[in-house]
Amino acid sequence: MKKNIDPFWWGLFGAGGAISAISIPVLLFLNGLAIPLGWLEPPAYEDFFTLVKHPLTRLFLFALISLSLLHWAHRFRFTLYDGLQVKHLNELIAILCYGTAIAVTFVAGYILWRF
Amino acid sequence: MSLNPNYTKYHPKWYRKRIPIFWWMQKWAYTKFILRELTSLAVAFYAVVLLLQIRALAQGPEAYANFLNWLKTPVSIVLHGVALLFVLFHSITWFNLSPKALVFRLGKKRIPDALIAGSNYAAWVVFSAAIVWMILTI
Amino acid sequence: MPTNITLEVSRYRPEEEAEPVFQSYEVPFRKDWVILDAINYIKDNIDGTLSYRWSCRMGVCGSCGMMVNGTPVLTCATFLEKYLPGPIRVEPLDNFPVVRDLVIEMTDFMEKLKRVQPWIVREEEKPLSEGEYLQTPVELEDYKQFSMCINCMLCYSACPVYGLEPTFIGPAAIAIAQRYNLDNRDQGNQQRLEILSEDDGIFECTLVGECSAVCPKDVDPAGAIQRFKVAATANWWKSLLMPWGNK
Repeated sequence: MKKNIDPFWWGLFGAGGAISAISIPVLLFLNGLAIPLGWLEPPAYEDFFTLVKHPLTRLFLFALISLSLLHWAHRFRFTLYDGLQVKHLNELIAILCYGTAIAVTFVAGYILWRF
Repeated sequence: MSLNPNYTKYHPKWYRKRIPIFWWMQKWAYTKFILRELTSLAVAFYAVVLLLQIRALAQGPEAYANFLNWLKTPVSIVLHGVALLFVLFHSITWFNLSPKALVFRLGKKRIPDALIAGSNYAAWVVFSAAIVWMILTI
Repeated sequence: MPTNITLEVSRYRPEEEAEPVFQSYEVPFRKDWVILDAINYIKDNIDGTLSYRWSCRMGVCGSCGMMVNGTPVLTCATFLEKYLPGPIRVEPLDNFPVVRDLVIEMTDFMEKLKRVQPWIVREEEKPLSEGEYLQTPVELEDYKQFSMCINCMLCYSACPVYGLEPTFIGPAAIAIAQRYNLDNRDQGNQQRLEILSEDDGIFECTLVGECSAVCPKDVDPAGAIQRFKVAATANWWKSLLMPWGNK
C-alpha cells in the first residue's frame, strides 16, 4: 500500500494551529501593540534576555515558531490550490510552502540554540 | 491531489458548469472560509516577527533597541493591528471547531461539545494571563 | 398573500442547445406548497417536457435535491413561502454533470459510496448458533447520527472542494464510512482508514463546513471527516513507529 504523507503534514498543521491559537494573540498584542504604543512599560533588556534564555522558554518559542510556519505552509498551499485554482503549479507550491517552513524551522533552531 | 483522474466518464452531451476563479466570492459562507484560511498568513507573519525579535535580543542592547524602534513605526503598528484581527479570527474559529475533531466518550456519556471548546478557551485565557503576568513582573 | 409566484427553472435539452437556459413559469402560490409542488404543477399543467427526479415527497428518499436560489435543498422540504415575493431560481445540483433540465448524473457518487465498503466487515463471521451480535443503546448512539444519511447529495453540491476536484471522495462517502467504523459489530476500521487516507481521500477536505450546513438530516459529515483525520494521523504515526502488527 502506497504510504501517503498527507497525515504527517496535517498533524503538524493541527499542532501548529492549536499552539498558535492559544499563544499568538497575547504575544502579538503585548509585543506588537501594547508595548510599542506605550500602554505598557517595556521590560528591561537584561530581564527580558534572562527570561528568553531559559531553556524552557527557548524550547517553547522553537515549538511555537516552527509549528506556526508548518501550520501556515499546509493551509496556504491548499488555499492557493482551491482558492486560485493553480493546479498546474501544485508540486511547486508544495515545495515552496513546506520548504519555507522547514527553512525557518532550521533558522529558528539555530538562533535559539545559540542564544 | 490526484494526478490520475478517473471520475465520471466523459459524455459529450452532459453539461458541466465551469467553476469561476472567484467562486469564493459568490457566497458569504465561502468568503468567510477563505478569510479563515488566510489567517495562516497572519500566523506566519507574527512567528517570523517573533523570531526577528529574538534575534535582535541575542545581538545585544543596541540591536534590540533598533528593533523596538521599528515596532513603533506606523507600518509595524498597522501590520500588527491587522494581524491581530486575523489571529483572533483564527483562534475563535479554531476553538469552535475543535469539538468536531475531538470526540470522547467516558463510560456512557459523551463529553459535550461545549466542554471541549470551553477547555480550549480556558487554556487560552490561562496562558494569556500567565504571559501578561510574566511580562509585567520581570 | 399573492395569488401567484414565478419560478425561473433551468432547462437543458442537449439535442437543442449547448448550454442551459432559464424558462419562467407562473404557478399558483399556496401557503402549504413546497418547491416540488410547484414543479409538479408546471409538469402537469404548463409544460410537460420538464424533467426532474422526485419520489417520496417527504424527505426520506433523497431524490429531489436541487439548487434553489443558489443553495442545495430538498425541494419537497422547502416551502414557497420562504422565497416570497420571488422569482425563485431552480437549477440542477451543482458540481454534477447535467443530463437534462434538472436531472444530474450521479454515477460518480455511487462509485464513491461503494468504495468505502459501507457494510459490516468481519474477520470471521459469527456462526448462527452463537446468536445475534449484541449492541447496547450507548453503542448505537455512537454511530446513529451518521446512519441517517439519505444519499441526497446536497453535501456534494455544497462542497467547493468536490466542485474544484471531482476526484475528491466527498462528505457522504466519508460519513457512511464513519458510520461503519463506529459500529461495534464492524472490524473494517483499518481497511477503510487506508482507503480514505489515499490521494482524493479525507485530506483533500479543508473543513469549509458547508456540507454539514446543508445536510437535511443533520448527519454532520464535516464532523465525521475531522474525526477521521485525527484517527488517520494517529494511525500513520503508529504504523511508522510500530510497524509490526496486523497487515
